[in-house]
This record gives sequence, C-alpha cells and structure tokens, in this order.
Amino acid sequence: MAEMTAEGKAPEVLFWVGCAGSFDDRAKRITKAIAKILHASGTSFAVLGQEESCTGDPARRAGNEFLFQMQAAMNIQVLNGYGIQRIITGCPHCFNTLRNEYPELGGQYEVMHHTQFIRELIEQGKLRMADGQPFKGKRITFHDPCYLGRANGEYLAPREVIAKLDAELIEMRRCKQNAMCCGAGGAQMFKDAEKGNREVNVARTDDVLETGANVVATGCPFCNTMMTDGVKLAEREDIVVKDIAELIAEAADLV
Amino acid sequence: MLSIVLFALLLVVAITLFAKRIRFVRKAIGLGRDADFSDQTPLRWKTMARVALGQGKMTARPVAGILHILIYIGFVVINLEMLEIVVDGLTGSHRVFRGIPGYDGLIAAFEILAFLVLFACVVFLIRRNVLAIARFRSSELKGWPSLDANLILVAEIALMFAFLSMNAADALLQVRGDAHYPQAGAFPISQWLQPLYAGLSDGGLVAVERGMWWFHITGVLAFLVYVTYSKHFHILLAFPNTYFANLAGPGTMPNMDAVTKEVQLMMDPTADPYAAPPADAAPPETFGVKDVTDLSWKQILEAYSCTECGRCTSACPANQTGKLLSPRKVMMDVRDRAEELAGIKQKEGAEAEGGTPLTARITEEEIWACTSCQACIQACPILISPMGILLDMRRNLIMEESKSPESLTAMFNNVENNGAPWAFPAANRANWITE
Repeated sequence: MAEMTAEGKAPEVLFWVGCAGSFDDRAKRITKAIAKILHASGTSFAVLGQEESCTGDPARRAGNEFLFQMQAAMNIQVLNGYGIQRIITGCPHCFNTLRNEYPELGGQYEVMHHTQFIRELIEQGKLRMADGQPFKGKRITFHDPCYLGRANGEYLAPREVIAKLDAELIEMRRCKQNAMCCGAGGAQMFKDAEKGNREVNVARTDDVLETGANVVATGCPFCNTMMTDGVKLAEREDIVVKDIAELIAEAADLV
Repeated sequence: MLSIVLFALLLVVAITLFAKRIRFVRKAIGLGRDADFSDQTPLRWKTMARVALGQGKMTARPVAGILHILIYIGFVVINLEMLEIVVDGLTGSHRVFRGIPGYDGLIAAFEILAFLVLFACVVFLIRRNVLAIARFRSSELKGWPSLDANLILVAEIALMFAFLSMNAADALLQVRGDAHYPQAGAFPISQWLQPLYAGLSDGGLVAVERGMWWFHITGVLAFLVYVTYSKHFHILLAFPNTYFANLAGPGTMPNMDAVTKEVQLMMDPTADPYAAPPADAAPPETFGVKDVTDLSWKQILEAYSCTECGRCTSACPANQTGKLLSPRKVMMDVRDRAEELAGIKQKEGAEAEGGTPLTARITEEEIWACTSCQACIQACPILISPMGILLDMRRNLIMEESKSPESLTAMFNNVENNGAPWAFPAANRANWITE
C-alpha cells in the first residue's frame, strides 16, 4: 500500500490479509490463492504489509476491550490515512470487526468477505473456471463460519461460488443459521478448551462424515485449522479441507 | 348477590397481587444500568410483531413449535371468553353476549381451541417427563424449574377441562329448558363430555356448571398471579423483550464508550494525562459485569422473559461437548440473582447488598467455555442473548480482575507487542508474498 501511494496510485481494493493469513503456514496458502484470484481477475489491489495489525477481535471477545480499542484506533488511523474505501478480507473475524465494529470508532469502509468478492468477480465475468473441472463428481460440503453466517447473514455467497465448481454440494445436517461452530471462535483458538467429554471440532467433524463428502470447503482460516485437525483425528485424511479461495484458484487453473 | 360480591373481591385480590408483583419485578429489572432503546421505533414494532406476536422463530423446531402455537392461539382467543365471564360475574347475568351475531361460532371455536390446547399440553407433559429429550433433563432444571413447568401444564389441562365441562353441563341444562340457561352456543367438543354429566339432576348439573365456572375463573386469576413468579412470565414479557431486542447483528459487541475516551486521550498528543477530571464527572463505572447491577436493564428483562425451553443450551457447542456451560443456566442465574437482590433491597433499603453475586453463580469455567458462535442467540425464540452476558463477564474478569487463562494473557501480550495473537514479528507479515 505504501508503495502504491508513493507512486500516486490508489488501488480498487485493499486486501486485509489477517494474522492467520500472514503467519499461519496453512492459512498462507489461502492468502496466496486469494491473491492469485485478484491478479487473474485484473483487480488492482494492495496489502498493508507491516502496517497491518490485528483487528483486535480475539482481544475483544476475550474481554480485553482496552486492547481491542487500541488496535482499532491504530488500524483506523492507518486505513483512513490511506483513504481506504473498499476492503476485502480473508477471514470472517476480521470481516465482522472491520464491517460492524469499526464504524462506531470512526472507521467506515465497504467490507467484503473474500467469498463475496469472488462471487462478484465471477458475476462480472472477470474470473472464469478453466476447462476440465478438477472437482467434477466430487462431493463438497460447506462449513459455515459463525462470523460470516450468523453474525452477518451471509450464507449464499460461498454456496454460489461453490456452485461454479461443477461438483455436488451436500449440506450438513446443521448448516446455515443452525451450523455448528468449529470451536475456534471467541478466542478459543488461543487457549485450551474447558473440561468436557470431547472437542468441539471433533463433534463438528461427525457432521462432515455423515455427509460422505470428500471435500470440506471453508471460508475462515480458523475453521480450516479446526476441520483439518478434526478430519485427521477421525483418520479420514482422504477428506480434503480447503478454503473456497483455494478451490476456485484450482478450478480456474491459477495454481 | 353474594356471588357478585365474592367475584368482585376475587378480581380485586388477583389484580392487586398481580400489580404488586409487577412493581417488584420492575424494580428488579431496574437494578440494571440504563440503556437507550429510543431508536428505530418502526423496526422495533416490526420485530415484536414478527417474533412475539407472530411466533416467527418457534417453528425452527417443528413439533414443539407447532404445539406451542396451538397453545398460544388458544390462550389468546379463549381469553376473549374471559370478558364475558367477568361481565357475567359482576352483573349476575349468564352468557351476556349470547345475542351478538356469530356467538355460537365463537363458542365453538373456543371449544376446538380448548381441545387443541389440552392435546398440546398432554404432549408437552409426555415430552418433558417420559421421552428422554436432553434439553429437559439438564441439571439446572432439577427441583423447582421442572416442577414449575409441570405445574403450568397440569394447570392448563385442568382449566381447559373445567371450561369444557362447564359448557357440557350448560348445554344439558339448555336442552332441559332451564330458565336460567337459554339456548346459546355451539358445543362441538364438550358434547362428548355430556354423557359424563347426563345422569345428574337439574340441581346437580347447575352445581357442575357453577362449580366449573368458578374453578375456571379462579384458576385463571390464580394463574395470572402465578405466572409472574414463574418461568411462564414469558407470555407477557416476550413482547417487551422482543421490542427492546438488539438490532445490531448477533456478532457485533456493544462498544464501551468509557474505554473509547481513554484510548482517545492516550492517542492525543496534546492531552494532559495528569489533568484532574471535571468536577461534575460521573464516577467511573465497573468495567464489564460482576453482578446484576452491572448488566443493562434489558439483560435482566431477558432473564425474566426466559421460559427455560433450553433451545439455546441444546444448540451450544460447548454444552454439546460436555462442558459446564449452559446458556439457559446463565439466564436462570441472572434472574435468580436479580430476584434475590431486589428482595434484599425491598426488605433492607435501596442501599442494601448481600446474597450471592453473579460471579459466584456463573463460574469462570462457564464464562471461558463460550466460543461466541451466537448459536444460543439464533436458537432463542424471543431474541435473548446469553452470549452477551458471558462476554460482558469476561470484560470484568480481564479489565477489573486481570484473571484470564494463561494462554490468553500470552495472546494479549502478542497482540500488544506484535500486532498479532502469535509471537511473530510484524516485519514478517508480508513474507507470504515471496515464500
């Protein structure tokens, strides 16, 4: 972003990568897939790089309002400084915070989750699936992220994007509004679970297994981690867990 | 004449007890902090009409939902009959509205609904006590809560039976040409009860008819008072509760303005950090929720509105995986504490404290088990948010008590120092581009 500004250019969108997308090895692959899609569609975009900082979502949901607001204030200063208007995020937690919680603190942006943006690109004809669909005949199930679905009511965009894959979309017993959490939200990702009789991601993996799907599509790097672990624990490594961006990048032959 | 006086007395006693209890509950709800809901009035009415009046979320669980709607419609419609009962009671008339057009149809409709209510209540009793439905077997329902639920169902069955028996005896007396019982009403359901009473003398029938009439009206008035002490309060409070519902998405946490001020002060280079606060500044509020007095009054209203159906708990991922957390218990704890504290203040004065604070009822283990997935909010038929209370309690644990699981302290430190929840330097943020 700094470079573009120095050159006097303003990108169409800012790609908000998020902490997982920046640092987690698995999530970095999702980030790359999103970046490839943006490139292939001719979208002019920038990332903040070192100037990006945690939105504060995990701090806020763990009760640390002070830390959240410090992060928000810093990020808003950076975003407003660059005059950012349109943001796409690779993570529903960043998406929710930027979209719903920053406006009250002075950060007004049009924020889109990457599945929404990909849908837009496909609708506008800027992104086309390649011939010889790699997912033809596959059974895909979509795990709704809580902060894309319940928090923001977006159930359609990911499904419409998956529909372009020429695969069969099979819904889990609990989906959309009633989807079960992967267990990572509310800062659970960063702590051990309380005592119980099983892990949340293991319970959710049962829903996946019930569908007989070979691919679990996700829209959140944390869900991705949780579902990957769940499938591994169930010794079902034949089931692939991939973000929708990765599936699209493959189908559009961008890999 | 005596019966008119007796009836009037009964009415006055019931209304007085009801009003007194409402005043108490208002005080209990008023223990909470101020909150402003004067915005978006049209949307608020619409939400109430859809969710409470229209039962918009009930059928997410079809069996319980449809049966509930039967009882709801039955309750609302049959209570029209109460109007006639009250007028009859106060004037000594009998079926005073029998002259209005469509009266027979109305009575027939009441009967059919009464039967449906009876049927639904029987099914509900079976669901609660015979079928092993998990959400009715949770530990927080042991004792009073499950007795409360059963009492309500049995009372409703008894009331409907009395209503139908009254009609059956009345119809028999009508056929026998009793002067006080002119031809009125149609009885599609209670005709099947007539054989039960057909053997009685005229006097016996009058006794049954009057007895059932008194039982029904006394029962209804007693129920009116009972409801305010019970989980069944939802029949009234669901309406204000949905009106005052959170209109932001379930995933949006309310902003703490006091913290915003602090942060602005810190980021303002011209601010004087040592400046004395203005003399008229309000004393700082507790951060987050430690006790019911730190909740908003709306959150206490939610607790009084909760009917302990347990849809939240059965949808909660923490609860499903055997954790201690049950969102329903959170609401019950809030209500019980508000009730306790309001009682203490009523007895010992407004400044009095004591009893068991919320933090001793809702443990840290429960508070930290929440994944903030909002499934409880989605599941609640009347838009209650147990999650909101848990997250507010986290705010207190962190910002007042500095108590958090160790790994979360590390996460906070990382966010503060590296701008990420993990210990990676910000300089590496864009490494994915070249890797």
